[in-house]
This record gives sequence, structure tokens and C-alpha cells, in this order.
Amino acid sequence: MDHLITEALRDLLTGQCTPAVVRAIESEAAASAGASPTAAALWQQIEDSGFADLLLSEDAGGAGLALRDAFAVWDLLGQHAMPLPLAETMLARAWLAAAGVALPQGAIALAPQLAAADGGLRASGVRGARVAPWVLGQHGADVLLLPVAAAQASASIFVLDADLHWPASAVVSATRVPAPASLLVAQAGLVSALLAGSLLTVFESTLNFANERQQFGRPIGKFQAIQHELAVMAEHVSAARMAAQIACEADGVVADPLKVAVGKARSSEAAVEVAALAHSIHGAIGFTTEFDLQLHTRRLHLWRQTAGSESYWQLQAGQALLAADGMALDVIRQITDSSAPVA
Amino acid sequence: MTILNGLALTRIPPEGEALRAEVRAFLQEAVKDIPAHIRAKSWSGYDPAFSRKLGEKGWLGMTFPKAYGGHEQGAFARYVVVEELLNFGAPVGSHWIAERQSAPLILKYGTEAQKQRYVPPVARGESFFCIGMSEPNAGSDLASVRTRAVPNDGGWLLNGQKIWTTNAEHCQYMIALVRTSGEPADRQKGLSQLIVDLSLPGVTVRPIEDMSGDRHFCEVFFDNVQLAPDALVGAEGQGWEQVTAELAYERSGPERLFSSVVLLDQWLAFVRSEAAPRADSIKLAGQILTRLAPLRALSVAVQEKLVQGQSPIVEAALVKDQGTVLEQFIPAAIADDLMAREGEGEAVPHALLLTLNYLTLVSPCYTLRGGTRSILRGMIARGLGLR
Repeated sequence: MDHLITEALRDLLTGQCTPAVVRAIESEAAASAGASPTAAALWQQIEDSGFADLLLSEDAGGAGLALRDAFAVWDLLGQHAMPLPLAETMLARAWLAAAGVALPQGAIALAPQLAAADGGLRASGVRGARVAPWVLGQHGADVLLLPVAAAQASASIFVLDADLHWPASAVVSATRVPAPASLLVAQAGLVSALLAGSLLTVFESTLNFANERQQFGRPIGKFQAIQHELAVMAEHVSAARMAAQIACEADGVVADPLKVAVGKARSSEAAVEVAALAHSIHGAIGFTTEFDLQLHTRRLHLWRQTAGSESYWQLQAGQALLAADGMALDVIRQITDSSAPVA
Repeated sequence: MTILNGLALTRIPPEGEALRAEVRAFLQEAVKDIPAHIRAKSWSGYDPAFSRKLGEKGWLGMTFPKAYGGHEQGAFARYVVVEELLNFGAPVGSHWIAERQSAPLILKYGTEAQKQRYVPPVARGESFFCIGMSEPNAGSDLASVRTRAVPNDGGWLLNGQKIWTTNAEHCQYMIALVRTSGEPADRQKGLSQLIVDLSLPGVTVRPIEDMSGDRHFCEVFFDNVQLAPDALVGAEGQGWEQVTAELAYERSGPERLFSSVVLLDQWLAFVRSEAAPRADSIKLAGQILTRLAPLRALSVAVQEKLVQGQSPIVEAALVKDQGTVLEQFIPAAIADDLMAREGEGEAVPHALLLTLNYLTLVSPCYTLRGGTRSILRGMIARGLGLR
């Protein structure tokens, strides 16, 4: 992974994807779907910087990154509570470009399970669909590029998401290509990396808070009970970050389903534990809208609930383990022995 | 934040993997007649004949210099051998401490004469050590040890008592952390490490039975034991620094992940044999796998840092605490899974229940040995800058 790319992205996010920007995009999207000037401005910055094309081949104008390189990028997006589906767009563009499809302008949200409805297709809880003009959805063996504007949209649980229903006419005219892999697996993999980043930020801000917040005449981080809670948080964060690296461990742009199962299951487990501990340590202030913690802990729960929770992926991993014969160690080695060259 | 950010997914290099197939073939044959509930004892399983066989194969002292009977192989080659030994539940208890801790300690701090005398027999699987750290009333507060060695004309006169010394009954030597100067109130100051020949007059070893019925740890009493001057390892008064370094190396290896793996494999085989595995069992298999695999990757990443000469003490503590929690989760969760079959008329194999019972009763020690959970979480907190 090119250090320059991550440093440039870090600079961009630190400057342009601040908590104030995340808040503005959330409130503008809540007021009016698809009409957030702050989202448009942030997207333009991203588009101009080329970050949405990193997974495209160099011939196609990208940086030719593999998923294992994308981990560092997605991790940073998670660290900054990225409110636009940039990670999703990176993946969608790579898939579409590989199929020879002309790439559309703007962000692309993902809908891994399009369902037939009233002659058309529907998808619920599409992450980021209120701030993206496009959805890449999977239906059977194909993926379809569908315009959000052509869908009947209704609010979903999370403010940036939408439930969408495309009439038959929109489906017929959509770009359709064979799916190179399961979109659910792909989305679960990138969401693991987003979780890894958000977990790190939540941990670091909780650690800082514990060092600063005075109670009973000293910082609360001096109390053994708080120290042990932070140690447990650190354990979950370290394991989840390693699991997410495993999820992204692939040469090209197609993730390994078993590795993704490990990454998504473990990072989702960590999300629940770490969010709870962070709020416990922060006390009531951390529970308020005005405090930044909620920008991340809402995302921890959201991303945990995206593309399959820990139970779903534990079932997938369990089936793989039971289908293999011999020692559990061999399945573990298959998962953890990265094929990347050792530096 | 380098502690949580600095552990990158890596892999065991090919030279580390080179031996795996040969080791595995040897182990398949060596343990084929040992029932799973005995194999589950692995690192408390005492079998000197097996240790000698490993020595003959060159699989002990793999990283030691050739001058002291070692094989000068990389740390990852040893990692692979240890991982296979534990996964097969091989009885490694007799040589375990000597090969993993005592000989490396002597190689690091000992005199030339000590290295030549003590290390080659360890590499041959013929010489066994135990570690005398804890004492009654000391426990995790190691700096408060009271066992004392007083310098005299013959060397050192040793008096006191150690406890929880694994396999002391079967060992020739103990490396003991004792007070050689000052008072217990001086804490870390004035502690030294001494090699104690356990056959000397005045040494009494008394095994303690644990709740599983095993007798692997012991009380050791020293009553005016006369030690030679060269019993001292390293520098007088430097025992605390030496012990701290020693503990860091034993906290992130495969032994902190795979203590319950014989049961896991036996349970997986049972679930595979069922006509229609229960969804809960499939999910549990996945839950264990998706927790264990990232930990193994973390363990390999910490090993990589050790190979590079770094000292990832906090990272190792992160792995050990999580690993041992998972090691304890496995028997508890498998018991829950098996007993969820009540009323279904399906018999759980007796052999599987034997292994389950053994691990249920022995697993409390996982979060005690090598540092209790509370101590490790305190170390992590210190590494995070909280204390």
C-alpha cells in the first residue's frame, strides 16, 4: 500500500470530513433526500482527488489497488465516520469497470439483496442511499446499476439510508452485468474495515476522555475499574482490526467468503462491546447529540447491522469449519496465513 | 497509537513452515493410541521418553546456538513445531518449561560454564526445569517474595518456600526468584535468580492435587540448602528485570490459544458425525473459529515483532488475555451445546465427555498461569499510559 495515498486521504478527511461536516450531511439528508450541499461538496473533493477510483486498474485511470491495500483506506474512512458511501463506490466502480461498463458520476450505494416486488425490485435499508445518486444491487446472478432518482424512496432507520422500490421500467433500462462474486460478501468485507477504523477512534477518544475527565479529585483513568474496562476495549479493538485485515486479504477485488466471515463476525462482536464500554466510561455527556462520540457509536451499531450480523457470519464460518475434515488448525491457517509477500 | 495500529497481518515465512509436514506425520503416529482426554493435558502431560524423542528429532532447542546443542533455526520454525505439538495434544510437560524459558534465560544471562552445563541436556530432552516464582502470600505480588539466599563460604544458603511450581516433582532443577539482599519491603530491589538442584539435601517437594485430580503443581521447601557460588544466574540484585523479560516471551505463543483445541477438534468430529447438526452447534463452531483465527493472526504478528528484535510486551498481554478467555469459553460453550441435546435421546460419546470434564475442571488455571487476568489488564493499562 502506497503510504502517500493514505497520507493524502488522511489530510483530506481531517480537513474536509470533520464532525461538523458529518453532522451537516446527516441533518441536510434528514431534511431532504439527495439535496445535501455539504454532501455534494465533500463528494466533489473526493472525486477530484481520485480516491473513488483507487481499485480500478491503472489502465482504467485507477491505482490498481487490491482489497488488501484498500483496508488502509477503508480503515481511515471508518476513523472519520465517513457519511458518504465512498468505500462502497470504490468497490462498485472496480466491479463495473471490470465488466466494461461506463462509470457513472457520483457515489454508488450497495444493495446486496434486491427483491422482486410489484414487477420491479426493492431493497430496504440501503446504506447511504439518501446521499448517493446510484445503487449497485445484486439480483440473482447479476448486478444492476440503478439510479436512486428512478426509485420510490422512503426513510429507513438510519438517517442516510433509504428503502427503495424501482418500478419495472427502471429495472428494464438499468445496466446489468454478471456479478463477479457475492455483493453481500464484498460489502461485509469493506464494512469490517470501516468498523475497524471506527472502533479505533472510539477507543482513542475514550482513552483521552479517561485521562482528562476528573472525578473524586483525579482522572477517572486512574481508577482500576476504568483501566480494566479500557484494557478489554483494547483487546476487542485489536482483535477486530486484525479480523478486518483478514477480511480484506485478497489479491484482486473479489474477497474470500470465509475470511470475510471471520472479519465481519469478529468486528461486529467488537462493535457491540466497545460501544457499550465507551458509553459507560463517558457517562451521560457521551450520550448527547452535541458530543462527537455518538457519530461513531451510532455507526458501530449500524455497520454491525449491515451485510449480516455476527450470527449470520458465525453460521457461515461454522459451516465451513464443519465441512472441512481434520484439525481446526488447518482451517485457521487457511484463514490467517496471508498470501501477501512478507515485507 | 502504535499498540492497536501496529499489528499487521503477516504470515509464517516458508522457512518456518518447512518442518510442519514432517512434525505432523511424526505426531500422528506418536499420539494415535493416546485418548483425547489424556492428550488434552498436553503441557502438563509428563512423558520424558517423548521429550527425548523430540530431542533426537532436533525439535527441542531449535533456536539455541549449535555450540550449546541447539539447531540455530528461526523462531517461526519453533512456533510451527509448538503449534503442532499443542494441536495434537502431545505430552510436552516434561521439557516444556526448560526448553521454553529456563534454557533461553541461561543463554541470555548465564555464564559460559552454565550454558555449557545446562543447555545441551535441555536440547536433548533429558534435563527438566521448573520455575520458582510464586510463594504463599506472594501470589501475583512477586516483588514480595521472602525466600532468601544468604551468601556464605560455600556459595548461598537457601531457606524458604515456593508454591505452584509446575512439575517440580519431576524436574532436576528449579530457577528460583529469591531475595539475596535487603528486605521484602524493598520490593523489586535485592532479588536474584538461582539455579537450585532439586536433589540437594534440604529440598522437599510436595505435589498439590488440583480439582481435576491432577498433581502437576507443587510446593517446594528449602531448609538450609547449600548452593554453590555458581548457582546465581545473571547479576545479583537483577532478578526482577530478568524475570520481567522472561515473562514477556511466554505470553503470546500458541500455548495461549490452543489449550482447549483437543476438545474443540473432538467436538467438531462429533457434530460432523450427527445426521443433522443443530444450527446452534454450527453457529458455535463459527463463533469459536471467528474468535480464534484473528487471535492466531495476532499471535503470529507479535512473533514477527519478537523476531525483528522488538519487545511487544503490551501486545503480548493483549493476546494472552484474549486467548485464555477464549480457551475457557470453549469448554463452557461446548458443555452448553452438548447438554442442549437433553431429551433428544441422542447419546454424547463418553470419550468426549471425559475430555470436556477434564478441561472444565482444569481451565481455571488458564487465566492464572503466566499472569492473572487482573495483572495482564493492569499491564495493558500501563501500556496505554493510564498508570
